[in-house]
Amino acid sequence: MDALILIKIIIILIIFAITLFIAMYSTYAERKVAAVMQDRIGPNRAGPWGILQPLADGGKMFFKEDFIPALANKKLFIIAPGIAMFTALMTSAIIPWGGTITMFGYTFDLQVADVDIGILYILGVVSMGVYGIMIGGWASNNKYSLFGAVRSSAQMISYELAMGLSILAVVMTSGSLSLKDIVEAQDGGKWNVLYQPLAFLIFIVCAFAECNRAPFDLAECESELIGGYHTEYGSMKLGFFLFAEYINMFISSAVISVLFFGGYNFPFMHELGLSPNALTITGTLVFFAKIFFFIFFFMWVRWTLPRFRYDQLMHLGWKSLIPLAILNLMITGGFLLLKDLF
Amino acid sequence: MDNISKHITENEVIDNFDNKLSTLNLGPTHPATHGIFQNILKMDGERIYSAEQTCGYIHRAFEKISERRPYNQIRPLTDRLNYCSSPINNIGWDMTVEKLIGAEIPKRVDYLRVIIMELARIADHLICNSVIAVDTGALTGFTYVFQERERIYEIFEEICGARLTTNIGRIGGFERDFNETAHKKLKDFLKGFPKRFKDFETLLCRNRIFMDRIINVGPINADRALNYGFTGPNLRAAGIDYDVRAMNPYSSYQDFDFKIPIGKSGDTFDRFMVRQEEIKQSLNIINQAVNNLPEGPYHADLPEFYLPPKEDVYTKMEALIYHFKIIMGETNVPKGEIYFSVEGANGELGFYLISDGGRTPFRLHFRRPCFIYYQAFSEMIKGALLSDAIVTMSSMNVIAGELDA
Repeated sequence: MDALILIKIIIILIIFAITLFIAMYSTYAERKVAAVMQDRIGPNRAGPWGILQPLADGGKMFFKEDFIPALANKKLFIIAPGIAMFTALMTSAIIPWGGTITMFGYTFDLQVADVDIGILYILGVVSMGVYGIMIGGWASNNKYSLFGAVRSSAQMISYELAMGLSILAVVMTSGSLSLKDIVEAQDGGKWNVLYQPLAFLIFIVCAFAECNRAPFDLAECESELIGGYHTEYGSMKLGFFLFAEYINMFISSAVISVLFFGGYNFPFMHELGLSPNALTITGTLVFFAKIFFFIFFFMWVRWTLPRFRYDQLMHLGWKSLIPLAILNLMITGGFLLLKDLF
Repeated sequence: MDNISKHITENEVIDNFDNKLSTLNLGPTHPATHGIFQNILKMDGERIYSAEQTCGYIHRAFEKISERRPYNQIRPLTDRLNYCSSPINNIGWDMTVEKLIGAEIPKRVDYLRVIIMELARIADHLICNSVIAVDTGALTGFTYVFQERERIYEIFEEICGARLTTNIGRIGGFERDFNETAHKKLKDFLKGFPKRFKDFETLLCRNRIFMDRIINVGPINADRALNYGFTGPNLRAAGIDYDVRAMNPYSSYQDFDFKIPIGKSGDTFDRFMVRQEEIKQSLNIINQAVNNLPEGPYHADLPEFYLPPKEDVYTKMEALIYHFKIIMGETNVPKGEIYFSVEGANGELGFYLISDGGRTPFRLHFRRPCFIYYQAFSEMIKGALLSDAIVTMSSMNVIAGELDA
């Protein structure tokens, strides 16, 4: 039992470190990807090819003046970035990063907690993320911040419904709410994206909205709201908000891979004849490759598309995505019923 | 209540609670205004109930300064009007003075001026259209066309040595002819631009999100536009085919064959598309001008206004006298009262000049199209959303320097 706890603590620390590291380097990747798309060079001063840029940015953030507006609600103003960061980091607990590894006579999963209601946990924690934005925007006592916060919360609530409905279809095909079971159900190249293409499309659109990424970055669109909810923020508090966004993007990519692209499964994995440990490690690497692809996809979209207007966003959510998700749910249900009957 | 400032009295706080509309200061410094001007918006949630615009934040009293300056020294002031296309302002001013003194301008100068003005128009329209895209959140198209603008600026640099505030040309023509490099850069630009412009166009023009964002946003009908005194692309987008280049040709524009694109509804999409088409027409005009560029002198014979060559100044008495008079600004101009206008990049740029026969204008008024557009702004955004206001503002191409002069 003690060994199990020790192992879990080690896994938690590793996942924590990896999440932070990837979020940090996502900022660098974003700038490089943007540079490639816009025919620029991008950061290239800090270290070779600018790879120390995230560290330089972080250092800069820490040394900036920690400014709190005079009329802001100080306590909430300070708490808000923490909430955003905390909820963003919490999601990684239930992502199944790989299969099982046997080491020193112990067998353990590459997952912090295999929760039975994993998907509900994700939806719950992700929707708590809006509190960080909402409180931050309100506590700033700035109209632009408030606009950003209101937009963001309305957007989160609208898109969570469609997101939940699209996940339900996946749950129906997999027959479980646990992420581990969903991944196992996709074993052997039976990826959900092949069976649930519509649910995948709805989910990925909602994932963009949940992450506040373009084309749904209304909460912080700099051309209208200056900085949106983080207009009044500076120093590392701003850094936390931005960082939380990148962590969210990383986790969203992981969830997309888990739900629709088989997580750590890859085609012909059992035909390779690898030892169980090697197979698990390969699976984890493949999982990360999928995650990186989706992170790139997030950036690709951001630097290509304009953003929606507030009312258009609501129309898309309520009038297109939710009816489509319900339709998808009914079709899935119909198919499952037919499968049972015949 | 502990976080409410002591400076706000209790009554004000209560008033604000009762009042359902909130006031939002859009500007004077806001990333989307692209200049310094303020809009006081009364908002009902995200919807704009009423708007009140203010101006004058960068008023530099150019008209008054001009009354103390000799004619040659007013040109640098015009640079700072619409600084996205300063060559048009410079050349417009030169032609105004030429009209007053009744100068004969060689054909080559006309054609060179047309080339430069159309290049400036392309640069200005590129900025305006790409900034519409930036304000809807699409940054990438902006960086594409900014490289093209850079190429145009390099051509300007070859011609006059400056890039943004060009002070290009002189009264009567140009300070120097286009050199080899300028011709080469111009040729390269004309060759490469259409393809690269197509990239920008395909990125945005049929993009569903972009179209939804700008169709029926900030419309103004032809009647209202005329009543306000709209000109340029904004008027043409409303459906009136008024273009100074065609209606009242200057600088040999009658020699060129070009179309005047017009829109229908006067909304942001029409303004965007009119500018896109005008860029192509401008390119067409430049091609015609380059291919039919006449030989001849690059400046008119105007010894009282055009600086003589340095070797003449050192050797000939007349040249030395003219040089001294021009540099010291001691050349008198005839008495007169004239209005001259050019088709600026964002509308009819007029110069109303009264001379009492002295070395400086008695009175000079710039007819600045931005000042007129900005008056209609509050009407155009009434009832729209905050995002629409931002896009409408950038699509009208209101440049702070020209607005406030």
